[in-house]
Amino acid sequence: MLPGYKSVDGGHESNEPLKSASAEQPDNEQPPADGLAEEGSAEEPKEQQPTTSNQRPVKALILTGFGINCEEEFAAAYRLAGAAPTIVHLNQVLHGQVSIHDYDILNFPGGFSFGDDLGSGVVLANKLRYRKNDAGRTLLDDIREFVAAGKHVLGICNGFQVLVKLGLLPDLSGTVTPEVTLTHNASGRYEDRWVRLQVNPKSSTPFLKGITSMEVPVRHGEGRLIIKGTATLDAIEKRGLNCLTYADFDGSPTDVYPSNPNGADLNCAGLTDTTGRVFGLMPHPEAFLSLYNHPDWARRKRADSSISEEGDGLWLFKNIVEHIQRQQPAATTAPQGARQFSF
Amino acid sequence: MESTQRTIQLLLKPGQHDGDGQRVAEAAQRHLGLHTGRVQSTALYTVRYPVTDAQLRDFATHCLQDPVLHEVALDEFRHGAEYKSYILVAKLPGVTDDEGISAQNALGDFLNEPLDTHTQHIFSKRLYFLEEALPEADLCRVAQELLGNKQINRFEIGPLTDIRDYTPRPGGGAEPITETVPLAGLSDEALVKLSKDNLYALNLEEMRAVRDHYTSIQAARAAAGLPTDPTDCELEIIAQTWSEHCKHKEFSALINYRDADTGEEFEVDSLFKTYIKDATAEVDRQLRANGNDWLIKVFSDNAGAVRINPDSLFVWKVETHNSPSAIDPYGGAITGILGNNRDPLATGIGGARLLFNTNVLCFGNPEFDGTLLSNQLHPRRIFEGVRKGIEDGGNKSGVPTVNGSIVFDDRYAGKPLVYCGTGAVMPMQLAGLDSWEKHIEPQDRIIMAGGRVGKDGIHGATFSSIELDETSPATAVQIGSPITQKLAMDFLILATRRGLIRCSTDNGAGGLSSSIGELATISGGAVVELEKVPLKYPGLRPWEIFVSESQERFTLAVEPAKLNELLTLGREMEVELTDIGYFTADGSLDVRFAGASVAHLDMHFLHDGVPRKVLEAEWQQPAAQEPTLAADLDYTDILTRLLGSLNICSRESVIRQYDHEVKGRTIIKPLMGATGQAPQDAAVVRFNFESWEGVAVSNGILPRFGDLDAYQMSAGAFDEAVRQIVAVGGKLPNLSYGDGNFWSVNDNFCVPDSVYDPIGNPDGKQKLAKLVRMCQALRDATAAYCIPLTSGKDSMKNDFKADGVKISVPPTVLYSMTAKIEDVRRTITSDFKQADDVVYLLGETYNELGGSEFYQLFGELGANVPQVRFEAAKALYTLIGEANDQGLIQSCHDLSDGGLAVALAEATFGYGFGVEVELPEGLPTHVQLFAESHSRFVATVAPEDVTAFEQHFGSRATRLGRVTPDGQLTVRHQGQPVIWASCAALRHTWTNGPVNRIIGFGQPETAHQ
Repeated sequence: MLPGYKSVDGGHESNEPLKSASAEQPDNEQPPADGLAEEGSAEEPKEQQPTTSNQRPVKALILTGFGINCEEEFAAAYRLAGAAPTIVHLNQVLHGQVSIHDYDILNFPGGFSFGDDLGSGVVLANKLRYRKNDAGRTLLDDIREFVAAGKHVLGICNGFQVLVKLGLLPDLSGTVTPEVTLTHNASGRYEDRWVRLQVNPKSSTPFLKGITSMEVPVRHGEGRLIIKGTATLDAIEKRGLNCLTYADFDGSPTDVYPSNPNGADLNCAGLTDTTGRVFGLMPHPEAFLSLYNHPDWARRKRADSSISEEGDGLWLFKNIVEHIQRQQPAATTAPQGARQFSF
Repeated sequence: MESTQRTIQLLLKPGQHDGDGQRVAEAAQRHLGLHTGRVQSTALYTVRYPVTDAQLRDFATHCLQDPVLHEVALDEFRHGAEYKSYILVAKLPGVTDDEGISAQNALGDFLNEPLDTHTQHIFSKRLYFLEEALPEADLCRVAQELLGNKQINRFEIGPLTDIRDYTPRPGGGAEPITETVPLAGLSDEALVKLSKDNLYALNLEEMRAVRDHYTSIQAARAAAGLPTDPTDCELEIIAQTWSEHCKHKEFSALINYRDADTGEEFEVDSLFKTYIKDATAEVDRQLRANGNDWLIKVFSDNAGAVRINPDSLFVWKVETHNSPSAIDPYGGAITGILGNNRDPLATGIGGARLLFNTNVLCFGNPEFDGTLLSNQLHPRRIFEGVRKGIEDGGNKSGVPTVNGSIVFDDRYAGKPLVYCGTGAVMPMQLAGLDSWEKHIEPQDRIIMAGGRVGKDGIHGATFSSIELDETSPATAVQIGSPITQKLAMDFLILATRRGLIRCSTDNGAGGLSSSIGELATISGGAVVELEKVPLKYPGLRPWEIFVSESQERFTLAVEPAKLNELLTLGREMEVELTDIGYFTADGSLDVRFAGASVAHLDMHFLHDGVPRKVLEAEWQQPAAQEPTLAADLDYTDILTRLLGSLNICSRESVIRQYDHEVKGRTIIKPLMGATGQAPQDAAVVRFNFESWEGVAVSNGILPRFGDLDAYQMSAGAFDEAVRQIVAVGGKLPNLSYGDGNFWSVNDNFCVPDSVYDPIGNPDGKQKLAKLVRMCQALRDATAAYCIPLTSGKDSMKNDFKADGVKISVPPTVLYSMTAKIEDVRRTITSDFKQADDVVYLLGETYNELGGSEFYQLFGELGANVPQVRFEAAKALYTLIGEANDQGLIQSCHDLSDGGLAVALAEATFGYGFGVEVELPEGLPTHVQLFAESHSRFVATVAPEDVTAFEQHFGSRATRLGRVTPDGQLTVRHQGQPVIWASCAALRHTWTNGPVNRIIGFGQPETAHQ
């Protein structure tokens, strides 16, 4: 075996288990222990480990299947933030083989769920709202319970669209009725470009604590937030639910393309619900985990050779993981019925 | 049935901006000169599933309507009062309708009923209303040229008073009939006619071989109870298997080559064997002799495979999808991408994880304003359609499109070239077995996975093996469904890791006939039960089922003992799996429908019975001379014009519509820098989040040099791809013992018809000679750099014929290269990093302006084509790798189109820097600025590293000047300024070039609410 390499396919058990798989793995499985990673290299940052040994790691459930396609980097983000991510196929949850209640944070990654043919996120939201399991419950019922229990939900890009179409964001009324929508960019086209976000100081969501601005890529065709009616708009602004704003180079909010890539109302890139525990955004923080994702990394590194190798997007994941760790008493319950995701 | 047909219409609420409608109105004005007035766009869903009024209303309002945006109309066609005409865009029977299927999915969830999503109950359409009362002919143009394609769509048009609906009703209820086709005693003329009428694409000699084979086995067939004449299915299978597309008959032919200038003659015993396979075998010998045994699989599976490290394989394949893209650009490109994705997915056991896509596109001039030939699509339309197909194919599959290239030449106006490449990774071992090996035992089951079978894509393989003309068949067109394939892909990854699949292959050209035909060679035969194949709709004859190229399908070989577990997994993941037969070892391909024999073919004849072609090639050096240009050229103006020219200008509007960073692993993207506008040379992608190992990806293609010298064109394209990888920090392979530095290269030849025919193709010998010379260059290049080919493709009939005119592509070869990057953090980008860094030219410039973009500005070709000097190039590339190991290089950009001047300008585009350069003595100014001599780079070096850098490179590096903070590009020669320009102005010209103007930048709408 050569030193310094990792299998490129370590994530292959990520979708385990479906009905037929049986083996259960230890709770806190780490990357395959070949033990040969270079000493002191950045491959396994030490800070990714949970800070106290008697605390169980934060458990993040990441949904995939049916066209979702950002689950791997989503899991990597949590792992780098010191949490234990588990990727499961949506049907495992819908068919009751995995319970979201065994996890601390529920995650809806980006992608094109069901091809986005009826409008992005629509078919998946519809499935969560209407498809009943054998007990006659919908997944939306479970998610409402999950949030009510003080747990967290994060949706990125297509996942954000799902949360919006589902009425979980912003949910001013508390009745999960859609109050806003995300539709085609003002440009009429899909675009992949990097943007600068400003955090709304009024926002109290733990996801964004201590962050004032960040750079991230957007990759969407339907990211333009449209808010129905001035009453809704005022309520969102007043409560600071519009937690992220597209900003120009000097940090001021902007409606000018391309700094604002889609023409969203309030120049808004992300929303929380009124509790701050449900959070969704169009840009992709999970695509900026390392400095080397940034289009200007080489010049920045040249200008400052001691620059951090972490990307801005990782802060958000570290924030929520630390927040949940602080919240929870030391506990040792293992998730039932699902094998640990690992690389 | 009719009574249950209901309609749901979604309209935008008043005040909501109708972007789609506005785009149609603008495009009609701009491209067709038609004034439509305002256009209102609406979506229609026709529901052919029994629902109550209340269910229909609730489904529409809860599942389809966006309460913020839409209003809903049921069983009516609602529109604003001011509209006078309409256009309904529906799909033809059997055409993939993902939107309808999604709506159906939603209905199943809403009703909580297990609605069979494989039978279509909901049909999606678009209904447009136009303010002007346009005549039918004009509505027809808007429909066919802007809203759809008559090969795929059914249009209803007319005045609003006369609105008609259309819903496809596929299937014809044909009997499962198998007919026999008498061949015995047929004359040569009759054989040729039979081949042409049935689109077999077999020539006379091949038809004779089939006839003679059947004559020789008459008695045996009679004794076995088979018809003595071949069945329609048997002839179709033979035609697919023997097609140029599948058998590469011209690359296997015996070629008599003659050099008319020197009189030299020689024989080429198969281009493939002589120049590609044997050359790679020699490279492999050298690699192994030096402890580099990473070459795992070459030329023998859907994709080539090399070893990354002891646990992992890298799998790499590039394909073309030219003919379908000429007829239906969107469908052709999306099936090209998805089809190419299936190659690495179905290599060895299968289930590789896709890492990235790349694509290279060749189009005619999108600003063409002449008259089009019959059934020829405008190059702009082909460009836009292909671009959209790549967008949807890549983005919806979650595979980043990390780089690519677009080449414009008028000769691609008939058939465009659409090259799609996909890189993937897979573990060396899957469930304890070598992942790259295909193994099958007799009695293993044949499982079809993924989409269903329809009439789409029948004859794709044979169709792509002939030239296009105005009668080309509509059934050859297919539409991809990325979401169907994504489900199948997720399924394959799990099933292979669990050891449930013996091996897999892709259903591409030739459909089941090819996939089963090929897999059956492993075990030695197969029995197929065609009545079990799930169909999209009834009415397919058995032979159609067997050769249909309906997309998103895999054929799997499965151990009987594992079948149940596999089927369970398929149900869980909602991927349709069907057991359609089993493998045997009796030497025959036995195809049945409901117990009756449909085809019974001897495997040996099927795969080895095709007669070998003998072809003639004759080379003559084209007459060419260097032009005389004016002495007082304004080089600032020339540089500006070059940056705004079609082949050099920015592709940003295209690039940004591709997701190039999903998976979060893309390190060097197509455009970088603080501005996001500095073009890069090769893409770099890391393999995962645990290590910094990665892969660099590049493409080399230089068709215009082929007009001067096909050998140097091919050698130059190879070198271009190598130097792009070197520019980002990649190292050549085999430089030291066991360095493990893999390279994996695909060759992709796309040439015009090169078979001599005194009337149809009088210059065929010359064209074939060009192909031979291109292959010779390939052999020399692989040997010189010790870089192996791992897979390749040839597309031999890239001609478009209509109205008595033939448009042929220039002989084109694309080299798509990948190379291991040990640590992606040490890669190099092209943009200047800091003021006062010192600028160098690496490599040597020669008086080689032949075929240059510079000459093109003056309408000249010139004569002095750039030559590749392999030994010198290799030495330089080795030096660059060593210098980068020492951290001596801050930026590096390879010199290609437009030469040194363009490369310097591009390197300033990432930030506000300028550059100040003094050209050395020697060659004339215009040669130094614009020659496209190969194997050269512009590199910058930190001031403190200058001494070490100059010592390392010696005479190979020429100090040119320095990076400046002032944003000016200044070039002096012999003390005189020859270029003086603002970098911002140059970037503006480059960014607002023809490509971005045509595709358009996204702009905020004036009607922003």
